[in-house]
Amino acid sequence: MTTKAKYEIRPLDCWQWGKELRMEAYRELTSGHERGKLLVLGCAASPYGLLAGLGDFVFLAGEPYGASVAADPPASIPAMEAYEARGYARDMCGYMRNFLGSMYLDKYYFTGGPFPKFDFIWSIRHCPAGHPKWHHLVSEYQGIPMTYIDDETWLTPDGDPQHRIEYVAGQYLESIEWMEKVTGRTYDDEKAIEAMRNYFHNEALWGEICLLNSAIPAPLDIKSYFALMPIPMLRRHEAVATQFLETLRDELKDRIANHIAAVPNERYRMCMMTPPPWSFLKIFRYLENFGVVFVGTYVYLINSGEVKFLFDEGKVIPAVAPEERPGWPQMKTREDLCRTIARWRAEHPFQSHMETRKKEMVILDKHWNAHGWLLLLNRGCVVMVAPMYDIQRHFQKHGIPVAMFEGNFADCRDMDETGVIDRLEAFLEGQGIQKLPEA
Amino acid sequence: MNAIEKLQEVVARRHEYAKEWKNRTNGKVIGWFCTYSPVEIMYAAGMLPVRILGSHEVQDVTDRYLFPTLCPFSRDALAQGLKGRYDYLDVLTYARTCVHIQGTFECWRINIPTPFFHYVWFPNHVDSSQAMPCLVAEFVDFIQTLEKATGKSISQGALDRAIDLYNRNRRLMKQIYDLRKGENPPITGAECMEMVVASQLMGVEEHNKLLEELLEELPNRDLGRETGLRLMMIGSEMDDIVFVRMLEELGCTVVIDEHCTGSRYFWDEVLPEENRLAAIAKRYLDRWQCPAVAESFKNRFDRIIKHALDWNVQGALIYQQKFCDPHEFDTPHLQKMFKEHDIPTLTLEFDVTIPFGQFRTRIEAFLEMAGLEVF
Repeated sequence: MTTKAKYEIRPLDCWQWGKELRMEAYRELTSGHERGKLLVLGCAASPYGLLAGLGDFVFLAGEPYGASVAADPPASIPAMEAYEARGYARDMCGYMRNFLGSMYLDKYYFTGGPFPKFDFIWSIRHCPAGHPKWHHLVSEYQGIPMTYIDDETWLTPDGDPQHRIEYVAGQYLESIEWMEKVTGRTYDDEKAIEAMRNYFHNEALWGEICLLNSAIPAPLDIKSYFALMPIPMLRRHEAVATQFLETLRDELKDRIANHIAAVPNERYRMCMMTPPPWSFLKIFRYLENFGVVFVGTYVYLINSGEVKFLFDEGKVIPAVAPEERPGWPQMKTREDLCRTIARWRAEHPFQSHMETRKKEMVILDKHWNAHGWLLLLNRGCVVMVAPMYDIQRHFQKHGIPVAMFEGNFADCRDMDETGVIDRLEAFLEGQGIQKLPEA
Repeated sequence: MNAIEKLQEVVARRHEYAKEWKNRTNGKVIGWFCTYSPVEIMYAAGMLPVRILGSHEVQDVTDRYLFPTLCPFSRDALAQGLKGRYDYLDVLTYARTCVHIQGTFECWRINIPTPFFHYVWFPNHVDSSQAMPCLVAEFVDFIQTLEKATGKSISQGALDRAIDLYNRNRRLMKQIYDLRKGENPPITGAECMEMVVASQLMGVEEHNKLLEELLEELPNRDLGRETGLRLMMIGSEMDDIVFVRMLEELGCTVVIDEHCTGSRYFWDEVLPEENRLAAIAKRYLDRWQCPAVAESFKNRFDRIIKHALDWNVQGALIYQQKFCDPHEFDTPHLQKMFKEHDIPTLTLEFDVTIPFGQFRTRIEAFLEMAGLEVF
């Protein structure tokens, strides 16, 4: 592994468009009300296309907002201190602390102006460690109504999941009635179905885009994926997101055909399972000095995208929208829609049980032509860290090199940058990778 | 040996008790992880339900399985499994509530051989009308696993008997809790904790008999000690009896509690219904909620303050297992609520083992401060 390859690098043509779409979404939070849009808060994995039945809306997902604040320590530290000053513990969800701290400071990160006041909170429960409580604190502080859907039909191979799907679908239906009541608006099923069609399609598109990084050299690095991620994460119900993602996909295909790389000296390909330490994204740039390119991460490939794993063949392929799947009904009514969402969620890789997830990880390793994995022992998210040692052992069993480091993904005060660099340099040295002479 | 000593014996020799029970009855033992696990169904299957608890010993066996930011209780519980102390289990079950214990359950499933595992997917949106049918269906799945494990079917009569026995158990424990409302409670908080922990470890019939004995003994019992400050203990899982003994030696008595090895576990009964599984489901959906399940503070807080007032509490000890997010959310709000009722609070964070000296100093200071306000 000492051969030094040289590839052409080039900025993405659609980069600026992506940046504009991302900022437009965040700016809408401050001006959406003026145009009659509803402002709704929830978790990023919520199927928020359902909200379109009420009319135009802007959806803020707390996690990407928290990540944006966390990436900027001068903004993040006061936010977390404001949160902690209210008596809450500093070992809780890092995203949440950044988000709630911003709210308590009344400082919206993207404009510096007042923090948005939401019309209501509608979300999936998502994280058993605290997302409903997070939203409950916002609900109490802003005096706004809140509902949630308990939809984690996941994490167990025990029992028949059918009744869980009915339970989830029923909650979505109940939530529609609830939204009509709290907004006084009449729900339009057709608008919701159309928005959810976009949502499913864009999820699959993002998954397809992430899978394109199997190419050598990788056409895009993980930093760029993270920068573009708010589009599929916050706007995946919109047609404009489809236009952008299709453009991005085509451009990546073109880059692959012409060997345009993300890292000019790519020679060691790494993947992650979790989000990165947001305040320490420069780690990726630093490791480029070793010819390391980070080609993907599990969580944000399947969290804001969808793929299909073919376990018998050991492959992963792009997903298709539910209505295009054999045996899935067309969505004509809100009942069809809610049942489709519930079933889709239940079968989504995001809900995979640990034993399945481990298989998925090995398939992804092969697909992305990875040389090694980087696992974050995340002090800021118990859900992500719970299975980490088991995954490490699974990788090792399959002969996949894996490096681990400990820190907090959203709290710069809890991130030993020098220590992490030391660990990674030692890991790469063990892999026969030294710093490039020209670096 | 009086009833309290017998209960203490079960707690201290929990594994021997379960093994002896198994030998004596030729029955199966089921380990359970969270108080949302339906013990009535386990008992109706002819099994001994045993709660998996830690041992509060320093251990080094879990660090390659669970990251240290998983709560101490979940790591301590896993340590017991890894050390083979629960090698007599025939089934291990977990009712979906807390991600920390879920991590322990899944880790156990992968790394510790046990004949059967069953994850009861407890619907956490307990206020939704959709939750009841879902939980009933979960119970049907659970019953299938238990029937497979025991080779016997669960009859309606067995369910009725289990419901009656557990309801009686709850009523008896409540009667004993009521005795603590008096000026000089005839039972300490540590003894009460042992009583409840024993209920999670031993056969319910046998436990009921001991409770009946205890109810006969308690009216004539003189503890020979000052009650001191009347304290409420509030928090997450807590079975550190040595700690509670130390606490009560410092000039206070725990007269009421709110945690899952205390009142939160047993307070609510199963109300009779034609559909037995629906009746059991209703009990668990409507019960005194753990903060890991209830997204709002209301259910839990209303009950806490009512108990604090009914038991004439003069101070509250709020404690939590380190890294327990749901309790970490509640703590500042609990402090505020107690302050509004002029009840002083002390907050402590627990690990697998605790710093006794430091905690002792803090508790003494708290009792001095609270005592000044009360006496």
